[in-house]
Amino acid sequence: MDAMEKLQILTDAAKYDAACTSSGLNRAGKRGTLGNAAACGICHSFSADGRCISLLKVLMSNACVYNCAYCVNRRENDSRRATFTPRELADLTIAFYRRNYIEGLFLSSAVVKNPDYTCERMLETLAILRNEYRFGGYIHVKGIPGASPELIRALGLLADRMSVNIEFPSQKSLALHAPDKKKDAILAPIRQIRENIRESKNELALFRSAPKFAPAGQSTQMIIGATEETDRHILLLSQSLYRKYAMKRVFYSAYMPVVSAPNLPVPGGKPPLLREHRLYQADWLLRFYGFEAEEILDEANPNFNPLLDPKCNWAVNHLHLFPVDVNRAPREMLLRIPGVGVKSANRILAARRLAPLTFENLAKLGVVMKRAQYFILCSGRQMPEARIRESALIPLLGSRHVFGGAETPMEQLSMFDTTQEDLAKCISGQI
Amino acid sequence: MHQRTDIGYLYDGSYEGFLSCVFESFEKREIPPEICAENAPQITIFPMRFIATNMEHARRVQISIPKRMSLEAEDFVRSAFYSCMPGREGSLLAFLRMGYKMGPRVLSCLTDPTVNALFNAARHAKSEAHLLCGFIRLSDYDGILAGVIEPKNYALPLIAPHFADRFQSDPVFIYDRTHAQALFVQDGSWRIFPLEEFELAHPDETEIAMRNLWRTFYDTIAIEGRRNERCRRTHMPLRYRGVMTEFQPKESAVSLLTEN
Repeated sequence: MDAMEKLQILTDAAKYDAACTSSGLNRAGKRGTLGNAAACGICHSFSADGRCISLLKVLMSNACVYNCAYCVNRRENDSRRATFTPRELADLTIAFYRRNYIEGLFLSSAVVKNPDYTCERMLETLAILRNEYRFGGYIHVKGIPGASPELIRALGLLADRMSVNIEFPSQKSLALHAPDKKKDAILAPIRQIRENIRESKNELALFRSAPKFAPAGQSTQMIIGATEETDRHILLLSQSLYRKYAMKRVFYSAYMPVVSAPNLPVPGGKPPLLREHRLYQADWLLRFYGFEAEEILDEANPNFNPLLDPKCNWAVNHLHLFPVDVNRAPREMLLRIPGVGVKSANRILAARRLAPLTFENLAKLGVVMKRAQYFILCSGRQMPEARIRESALIPLLGSRHVFGGAETPMEQLSMFDTTQEDLAKCISGQI
Repeated sequence: MHQRTDIGYLYDGSYEGFLSCVFESFEKREIPPEICAENAPQITIFPMRFIATNMEHARRVQISIPKRMSLEAEDFVRSAFYSCMPGREGSLLAFLRMGYKMGPRVLSCLTDPTVNALFNAARHAKSEAHLLCGFIRLSDYDGILAGVIEPKNYALPLIAPHFADRFQSDPVFIYDRTHAQALFVQDGSWRIFPLEEFELAHPDETEIAMRNLWRTFYDTIAIEGRRNERCRRTHMPLRYRGVMTEFQPKESAVSLLTEN
């Protein structure tokens, strides 16, 4: 099998992994070596589905011994199989990196023979890259559940970020669809990685030259829409993953039916992209806007409103807190105004120190007035046209109960259009 | 009090040249109606005086910015200078005059028309440079990595530190076709020089093989069921794709044989 065919098979098998970020770590280049890392992450291209290509995302092998129902690489699926040798993969990574095609390597693998054997192959690839080629670019590596802790630790010492996919948002779904994977087997490496990162940080505080374990942190991913969990359930899970396991990111992957299996959506169906998008929006609210999962979705409405993004939805349900005076409100409240993002909130804080802000000023600062106008005051006054159109909010409040919970991938109402910024953040998964 | 004059300044187009103009303006206590680079395709109605680049003057202005304002202000002035905003030199002079008076607070004047225009220009230049750090495609010519870009802003000075830091084992050459300038990076240091014309040579066999591998990867990684042209265009506008490997037709080995 030639390199081209191998690359095609192993890329095809890896593409359903959502994460392709190269962020969270600054590492300067060194004399005579190749590569560095930038904390903001760098996208090198965007594929036809609009997702960022930052890393060479491939599997070490797709010859899996497991038979998970949802997975293209499952044992009983009749597909072409290929395996990279560590040398081949390291050479390919360097060749791509030198041509500025990629930011580094994203290495995952199906389980070949057993988890330990698989880990050893991945470890060998990373060792060639780091020790032989003195590669300083970004490496994201998957922890293989069931592998021995020593191997996971060795991987983390060479990689920048580690991740273990929790696959499904509940234990029940996991047992149903991935009977070979056990909840504890998945959580054990996640826990270990958290501990190793913590230890490494403590050691680094004492010794500058202490080895760094996954300095860009840990992330995970779950499949959305294959099982029956509510959005609230998923969001609460994410929140606890961020808090309990100090995750840098939780990725959501809309289930793409590619294999037919009992209990799963039929192949050829549409992936729940809007739902995935809403989850990312809510995820941002958790991480950067000071929201709690319980605030975003309550028990009475456990699913996202397809018509409104989670922040607008929250604001519309808490009209008694609005309008907010942008010249007086604290940062926490500015961040809750629809149409105001983290950057524009910071700009408002800086600019209002010098002079009171007017509505024209706000647009200059990057506030999306189309949305913000209904929720703000400038020095006690409301935007003149906004008052007349406020009645438009009422039909929106009503529509919530009509559409609530249903997956309706329709255009949003123009008043609350998703902005470019939202899209950019959600889909490229930067930060 | 500075006098408004009707004689514009002409300078050589370099950052140091511009800083020399700033120095001149303060020394002569005058505000020129315009500051133009000598090779800029601008037509002006004012008589112009050529201000020679004086490294000592430039240095004095340069160190005054972080001293009197802030390090962010220095970065801001530099990025705005390398943007494609028309009349940016005049606006930057106005900004610096404001800054010397106000101190570090000047960067918070985001609603001031001058600061706002420069802020947007600097942001445009920086975000284009950030995208280019990823979108530039290099080809290996016997160990020298070379590529071509067609940016709107003067991207080379903004991306140079990134490439100098990243490629410390191989020399890198990047040609800016829009502004006829070239960047050469080696052993962690870099320099930029004017270059009238440059075309990439034909790739050799290994290079063609690598490009084809990359195209295969690019085409395979997309999930067909999620195809989203609009989203791709938002993140990677069409204007960048003219020089990106994955959007170029495959080079055939046959044409290469006849070339040789």
